[in-house]
Amino acid sequence: MSRAALLVLADGRFPAGGHAHSGGAEAAVKAGRITGASSLEEFCRGRLHTAGLVSASLAAAAVLGVNPMELDAAADARTPSPALRVAARKLGRQLMRAARATWPSVELDALAREFPKGAHQPVVLGVTARVAGLDAVDAAHCAAYESVSGPASATVRLLSLDPFDATAVLARLAPELDRVADQAVEAAGRVVDHGVDALPSASAPLLEIGAELHAAWPVRLFAS
Amino acid sequence: MHLDHHHDGPAAVSADAHRPNGSRRALRIGLGGPVGSGKTATVAALCRALRDELSLAVVTNDIYTREDAEFLLREAVLPPERITAVETGACPHTAIRDDISANLEAVEDLEDEVGPLDLVLVESGGDNLTATFSKGLVDAQIFVIDVAGGDDIPRKGGPGVTTADLLVVNKTDLAPYVGSDLARMAADAKAQRAELPVVFQSLRTEAGVTDVAAWVRAQLAAWTA
Ligand SMILES: Nc1nc2c(ncn2[C@@H]2O[C@H](COP(=O)(O)OP(=O)(O)OP(=O)(O)O)[C@@H](O)[C@H]2O)c(=O)[nH]1
Ligand SMILES: [Mg+2]
Repeated sequence: MSRAALLVLADGRFPAGGHAHSGGAEAAVKAGRITGASSLEEFCRGRLHTAGLVSASLAAAAVLGVNPMELDAAADARTPSPALRVAARKLGRQLMRAARATWPSVELDALAREFPKGAHQPVVLGVTARVAGLDAVDAAHCAAYESVSGPASATVRLLSLDPFDATAVLARLAPELDRVADQAVEAAGRVVDHGVDALPSASAPLLEIGAELHAAWPVRLFAS
Repeated sequence: MHLDHHHDGPAAVSADAHRPNGSRRALRIGLGGPVGSGKTATVAALCRALRDELSLAVVTNDIYTREDAEFLLREAVLPPERITAVETGACPHTAIRDDISANLEAVEDLEDEVGPLDLVLVESGGDNLTATFSKGLVDAQIFVIDVAGGDDIPRKGGPGVTTADLLVVNKTDLAPYVGSDLARMAADAKAQRAELPVVFQSLRTEAGVTDVAAWVRAQLAAWTA
């Protein structure tokens, strides 16, 4: 594997559309659930162990060569909110474009042909990692990290939170993030043997409900 | 669609001049500039001026609302299916320059859904003087400033004023009321832009968007040549 390729893919400036999404932070700020650094940390921790774990497992399984169509259907089944399914596919489509320009490959072209309007973002992330020569654990780390870095940077904009405090939240979550990535890789290994039903299905009802409410707001800063 | 040799090809990645089916894509022109300078009004006027001769669509990038798109819909400058709003996560300049994927999708979806297009206008939400469009997104860009924002903006320069393919100085009708010196603005713009064109316009007068529409037609002629 190439460690530098992992940095390219995990870089917050990788142009794959993430900047327009708050990972549920905008809805949580409005509802008063995120008011500062410590509640941001709790929010991120919850997201990491639910949506983050599922995303990381999907991404890791894609690296191991599990069929993206099956993974995409499994992602749908694990995402009750229609608004979140739309957001995940939009982000998947945007990542697909960036990935095809960055790591041109027949595998990504085939995925783009299969899903012209986008597959779930973690599935695309896994295929991208695979094409970039990365391992399952790398893709799992990327997905797990994105599940918390998006809300953290969005909260900096939404609450004018001190950016150093937001970054310190991410650093404090790092050991848990490593554990979630390991769990995801184990789950992905089970998927290879037993099919996609072996994927974790941890969910956070408030994230799903918040996403539905958010999608109906007439005025908002973030797309999700 | 009869020339469609490889319609199962995956979608284009970026500024490729051809669509997956081999046909030439629409010319894309970006409009940027400070808040309230008249970007949406110019887009609306261009649509009215060109819609009978060209197949047109518009993408808007608002900061936190859909107001620009809704204004264009309300004014009925184009049928609703030809107007798309992109959500920019509080940073329109990111969506038009650093991370253009959402805009590229909007442009491509318009071409797929409303059929062959000649021209797509992409408006950026009002931003600062450094906001410019990526060459991966648009083929040419117009920077719109107005006389009421201060007549020293051309002198201050910045990437928009200095490098845009066309600089539009809008609302000349207001110059006497705000004490803006149009001759000085023209001289400063010339100094910043050398041979690049500048148009002074007022959308409140008869001539309106005529000069900008002529420039757009010339861009299109060069694109399809
Ligand atoms: N007097 C005068 N007013 C104009 C002219 N062009 C536009 N306006 C007015 O200026 C205001 C702002 O115009 P918009 O077209 O919404 O400006 P914009 O650049 O799209 O603004 P944002 O998208 O919010 O950045 C509106 O009230 C327009 O009617 C003009 O040539 N003369
Ligand atoms: Mg506008």
